[in-house]
Amino acid sequence: MSPNSETMSIFSPRLAARFDTLVQKYPVKRSALIPMLLYAQDEVGYLSDAVIAEVADRIGISELDVRNVATYYSMLRFKPAGKYNIQVCTNISCMLRGAYDVYERFQDELGIGHKGVTADGAFSLEEVECIGACCWAPAIQVNYDFHDGLTPEAVPEILNRYRSAAKSAGEESHA
Amino acid sequence: MPKLVSHPDEVKIVSRRFGMGAANIDRYIELGGYASAKKCLEQGPEWVINEMKISNLRGRGGAGFPAGMKWSFVPKQSAKPKYVLVNGDESEPGTCKDHLIFLHDPHAVIEGTIIAGLAIGAKLGFIYLRGEYRYLIEIMEKAVADAYLKGYLGKNIFGTDAEFQIITQTGAGAYEVGEESALMESLEGKRGVPRIKPPFPAVVGLYGGPTVINNAETIATVPHVIEMGGEAYATVGSPRNGGTRLFGVSGHVERPGVYELPMGYSLKKIVYEVAGGVRGGRKLKAVVPGGSSTPVLLPEEIENLGMDFDQVGKAGSMLGSGGVVVIDDQTCMVEFALRTISFYQHESCGWCIPCREGTDWLKKSLTRFHAGFGEAKDIDNIQYLAENMLGRTFCPLGDAAAMPTIAFVKKFRKEFEDHLNGKPCPYAKHTEMVVI
Repeated sequence: MSPNSETMSIFSPRLAARFDTLVQKYPVKRSALIPMLLYAQDEVGYLSDAVIAEVADRIGISELDVRNVATYYSMLRFKPAGKYNIQVCTNISCMLRGAYDVYERFQDELGIGHKGVTADGAFSLEEVECIGACCWAPAIQVNYDFHDGLTPEAVPEILNRYRSAAKSAGEESHA
Repeated sequence: MPKLVSHPDEVKIVSRRFGMGAANIDRYIELGGYASAKKCLEQGPEWVINEMKISNLRGRGGAGFPAGMKWSFVPKQSAKPKYVLVNGDESEPGTCKDHLIFLHDPHAVIEGTIIAGLAIGAKLGFIYLRGEYRYLIEIMEKAVADAYLKGYLGKNIFGTDAEFQIITQTGAGAYEVGEESALMESLEGKRGVPRIKPPFPAVVGLYGGPTVINNAETIATVPHVIEMGGEAYATVGSPRNGGTRLFGVSGHVERPGVYELPMGYSLKKIVYEVAGGVRGGRKLKAVVPGGSSTPVLLPEEIENLGMDFDQVGKAGSMLGSGGVVVIDDQTCMVEFALRTISFYQHESCGWCIPCREGTDWLKKSLTRFHAGFGEAKDIDNIQYLAENMLGRTFCPLGDAAAMPTIAFVKKFRKEFEDHLNGKPCPYAKHTEMVVI
């Protein structure tokens, strides 16, 4: 497979073009590997076999080599998460300010546990390590968005906000 | 959006432009930005390194190594290209200072990187941010693009014949990558496993070339050191500890937040005055002074403690990353120890056996202990295990897990004993903690 052949790429033309630039950017091509995996995951949802194969091809290394690297990084995943992946930090600073209560409330509201995905695929839940928001604890990330200073009571409102965002996005795409 | 806080005792140097819209390049220039880079281009590398040495600016990532000295270790002549690396992998629990720097003052990071590059003779710098900081990476990328448009980055920076390029890089979730050689591995597209040292990065670093790697706060401080002059910067702090530090105060305090205070500032005052004291009028049980890897301190130990590398070191702990975690009297220290060690167990890269196995056994022992199934001999075993991890790994992650564990057992032995004989946890609410 030719790495620059748009017809063969599993990525959107925009992402494929971005990757074409990315591999040229560094003194060593392989430096593009980790950003490429993360950006590919952002678009596809997870590192599918097809993603691994194309990234390996674009960098010029084996698929095994890509997997060997990808399994090291905690943000990279090999199966789909929900449309909105809720990551609740329970590390010390967040724990001291009630992170486990927040985490439990998310579990109750969504009916899923650690690394679970809701039946409609809208949400997934993860207990994560420190996300660098210690002074605004307890904090979570929904995909890449930070929410801080949380209480269990704030949980339903956050979920509703993402539910309506998903709904309006859905309406737009059908319009 | 993270809340900004303020206190009259603060000396705002690094945080001077926070909340002032300095992510906009024109605003940054209006506030005095990029003048230091220009000055360094005029004065030359030797002058820059000398000012840095005089400033007593010590590495803000945790080790506290003098930045000027680190820069001076890079050989002048090198067959391979030299590089500057900015470590923005901020992942030490309790630490969120770089978060604010990237958000409010991205150009200070760029300017500091340019100056470091000039000082060591590098033409390329990398700014590496942890993957979770996507919105901050976007802010940094925009700032870098704006600096190129102004001609502050590129082939002929500031109209001189000097060249300097910057590439921003995202991580993808790994505490270990905050270790300098692991970060280089990650930047080379590999697993973030630490390298054997020596050779040190100053001689053999990224792509095998001489490399200076500094914490993002250190780099963001550099333009201010140049602006103030090394000597003026040094006098702000305490002996051998120049300037100020961004202290992130979190946990059970009334006013958590990132405060910029002079080096040597009283830890007791940080807890009781700057951050408003223990939340809800409760009593202080303990303080973790510099991120979760630094040994915990008791209230009597912070009585006359100044927050600089040497004083906190003498008190048996470390200044670390400046993440002050305050713990009140209704906290179970066994649970706190378990949550701390669970993190290191999760983040150990598995390369060195004492760390990989040690963190795992410590987590297992502490889990059992906290659930009330511990035996008296386990208390000594936990300490023995941790002591045998010390100094037996390539990178400091093994120590980072062992040191706080030893302190928890030594200083809170009674709380461990209170969990014996099947007793449920007498302190905390979460008797069955879910750990990752």
